[in-house]
Amino acid sequence: MQMPEPRADILTGRARIVERLRAALPPGAVIDDAIELKVYECDGLAAYRCPPMCAVLPGSTAEVSAVMRICNEEGVPVVPRGSGTSLSGGALPTADSVLLGVARLNGVLEVDYDNRFIRVEAGRTNLSVTGAVEQDGFFYAPDPSSQLACAIAGNIAMNSGGAHCLKYGVTTNNLLGVTMVMADGEVVEIGGAHLDAGGLDLLGLVCGSEGQLGVVTEATLRILAKPEGARPVLVGFDSSEVAGQCVSDIIKAGIVPVAIEFMDRLTIRAAEAHVAAGYPDCEALLIIEVEGSAGEIDDQLGRIIAIAKAHDPVEIRESGSAAESERIWKGRKTAFGAMGQINDYMCLDGTIPVSELPFVLRRIGELGAEYGLDVGNVFHAGDGNMHPLILYDANKPGDLEKAEALGADILRLCVEVGGCLTGEHGVGVEKREIMTAQYGADDLEIQMQVKDVFDPQWILNPAKVFPLEVSAGRRS
Amino acid sequence: MKITSEQELAEAIRGANGPFRVRGGGTRDIGKPVVGEALELGMSGIELYEPAALTLVVRAGTPLAEIEAVLAGEGQRLAFEPMDHRVMLGTKGEPTIGGVVAANVSGPRRIQAGAARDFAIGARFVDGSGRIIKNGGRVMKNVTGYDLVKLMAGSWGTLGVLTEVSLKVLAMPETEATLVARGKDARHGIAALAAALGSPWDITGAAHLDPGVAGPESETRVRIEGLAASVDYRIGALQREICAGWEVLRGDESAALWRQVRDVAPFADAPVVWRLSVKPSATPAISQALGQAGLGHAALYDWGGGLMWIAPDPEHDDGGAEAIRAQIAAHGGHATLVKAPADLRARIDVFQPQTGAVAALSRGLKQKFDPRGILNPGLMG
Ligand SMILES: Cc1cc2nc3c(=O)[nH]c(=O)nc-3n(C[C@H](O)[C@H](O)[C@H](O)COP(=O)(O)OP(=O)(O)OC[C@H]3O[C@@H](n4cnc5c(N)ncnc54)[C@H](O)[C@@H]3O)c2cc1C
Repeated sequence: MQMPEPRADILTGRARIVERLRAALPPGAVIDDAIELKVYECDGLAAYRCPPMCAVLPGSTAEVSAVMRICNEEGVPVVPRGSGTSLSGGALPTADSVLLGVARLNGVLEVDYDNRFIRVEAGRTNLSVTGAVEQDGFFYAPDPSSQLACAIAGNIAMNSGGAHCLKYGVTTNNLLGVTMVMADGEVVEIGGAHLDAGGLDLLGLVCGSEGQLGVVTEATLRILAKPEGARPVLVGFDSSEVAGQCVSDIIKAGIVPVAIEFMDRLTIRAAEAHVAAGYPDCEALLIIEVEGSAGEIDDQLGRIIAIAKAHDPVEIRESGSAAESERIWKGRKTAFGAMGQINDYMCLDGTIPVSELPFVLRRIGELGAEYGLDVGNVFHAGDGNMHPLILYDANKPGDLEKAEALGADILRLCVEVGGCLTGEHGVGVEKREIMTAQYGADDLEIQMQVKDVFDPQWILNPAKVFPLEVSAGRRS
Repeated sequence: MKITSEQELAEAIRGANGPFRVRGGGTRDIGKPVVGEALELGMSGIELYEPAALTLVVRAGTPLAEIEAVLAGEGQRLAFEPMDHRVMLGTKGEPTIGGVVAANVSGPRRIQAGAARDFAIGARFVDGSGRIIKNGGRVMKNVTGYDLVKLMAGSWGTLGVLTEVSLKVLAMPETEATLVARGKDARHGIAALAAALGSPWDITGAAHLDPGVAGPESETRVRIEGLAASVDYRIGALQREICAGWEVLRGDESAALWRQVRDVAPFADAPVVWRLSVKPSATPAISQALGQAGLGHAALYDWGGGLMWIAPDPEHDDGGAEAIRAQIAAHGGHATLVKAPADLRARIDVFQPQTGAVAALSRGLKQKFDPRGILNPGLMG
């Protein structure tokens, strides 16, 4: 992975730029100490690191605006950051950039149950949005596994999803409005407490734009009444093909579970070794969760189990209590961490049409064997969003590059079968160079023209999303 | 000009200076009247339908009726419940899927399932320079690059001409039922809808109709869909907690009530109809203020109040624009003049006028997608 050369003219102006930022912000909001900057040198894709020129932690929309005004005048790249959990390097700085962290913007501005929305500052963590309303029986639906740490700002930038998005949709389906600071410091309000756009759907464009169109400082989010209850069933199979078929049959039967999660043998074993969740040792397992009252749950699980039984499962375990539900979910929720116990890993995020699941799983196995690397699969099966985990050894020279090459092959495979490079983690720097596998020259050009409209100087997170060569003219 | 392929469309746009009026089925003649040659989209047909993957890929000119029939064959549907504008506008023709997406047309289920834009997962289109563009795909989760599909949804053919769309579809429920209360004023009706929508019982329709709209008395309606036992359970729960004494209508009777709301059928004879998208709890106050400002009107509230259809008394010179837009200024949201004689639509802003940075961004996008300004020029203002 390459990053552009830092611009010498910016590096030489560092002292002046830091001074200007200090003058515009309260004490303590500008960080330029090399040791303190280490915190910001990478995000969740920790294989790539680079400290920024300095970091700023504004405490209000007005302060964000002041920062953008200065950076725009100086032509300095700005890398917005929420909590830094991105898995695609979206928040990775360059040496000539100002890292703009919104973590201090974490307040709740308005809660409105009659109209079912909450307005928060964008640095607030995902889980604490639900935390602000759950005592009154409401929740915020998108639930990325990183929800304890990740910020709404990052969720909006990456259009994040979660285990329950099969029923509730991803961030873009639950976002009503934003306050955003433009590249030149102007503050814009898009959307609000109403449900649809009055003109062009700018909100739909901003969501998923990876910090390249503006800095989001506030968000209006839809909240929903919590269901009366939820309960999973775990089903084990001795072939992933059959597990995939079972997923298809459930969906075709018109049942809408809130989640259908898939784990393969490698991740099942890793999870067992890590948390002893009591999973069967089999080729593939599904965790299927439904919601409703006790009677509604029984009804739906009954139908799902009947479908599963027709596929000759090696085990069916229906949860009968909160403790059992927790145990069923435990292995899934800690699967990434469990894989991390075995070795370093790279987490991919391609989406495929669910009908292609068996073929793609087989091909991933074959590709892994060709490269001599193990690949585990744990993912959201209901919507085809795969998370192949490539195990490699960061200390072994050449292993990272090998894993990168295998990853690119797997993502190309996803595109070939009709899917896409990334379902929820974003392009960032990780998938930037293979965007051409999915999009032609005009498809990329028109997206870059959108950025031209929002950020004519290309100072917002410029080295992301688009292949470096393709965006070179605009970044210089 | 009748267009039968994407390539032909690209060449037509590249080779001409327009202006063009982009037409699907011609059933949604909304917006400022556009002067220009009609581009009639003849590309029709389903390219891919995978019921088990809940996905459908279809050419933009495909009649909606054809799609709905094919989906019904597999027990599925377009869950965003697109309105049939012919009923209210009195237009003729066959609605196409391209028109549905381009106008982001959603019905009562929007509050629970989402809008057309939420179900649009991929698109191909030809922009104003004649470039053939694809964005998104045919999978439900996709953050690969910017989401131009959302931008195209609701752009009314002003940024590009859709040639193909990919949609997420959902299963039809086993059954549906509606709880109905009569005689509530708008404030109490909307408050009851808010209580129902704030309950865990998964409401898929929440509407209030002023007296005189669907009958002499007002009606407040709440819809539930799903497995039969679950629908029964939730009716019981709602009657116990929120909807004590409400009448229950089931099956076809329930469906007819929502077709009426979806198509705003009660305003079929009204010469002027506005569509307001606002914060739900603000709507009773808006209606009251309009009355006080001398704008006699009837109102139909969908989306728990968040979508307000207003038919003003016809004598107002501006169709009520000044009074209505003053309310938007006070409460937020936006108002669109969906139905009016062409001369009125030519005189006033049909879409909510935009200001400041939002207006500049919208202009900037139009300039990039259609630099010559030849696609539906002026339609959105
Ligand atoms: C263990 C683990 C599990 C995960 N599970 C999931 C999952 O289930 N689903 C999922 O979707 N993701 C998941 N992720 C990925 C990650 O958590 C999400 O992408 C998350 O939304 C990032 O949020 P953040 O606040 O950490 O953003 P950051 O990492 O700080 O930034 C992410 C992107 O947002 C941009 N950005 C940040 N703040 C702003 C702002 N104010 N304005 C504009 N742009 C901004 C950044 O520039 C960057 O491009 C997981 C990550 C980890 C480490």
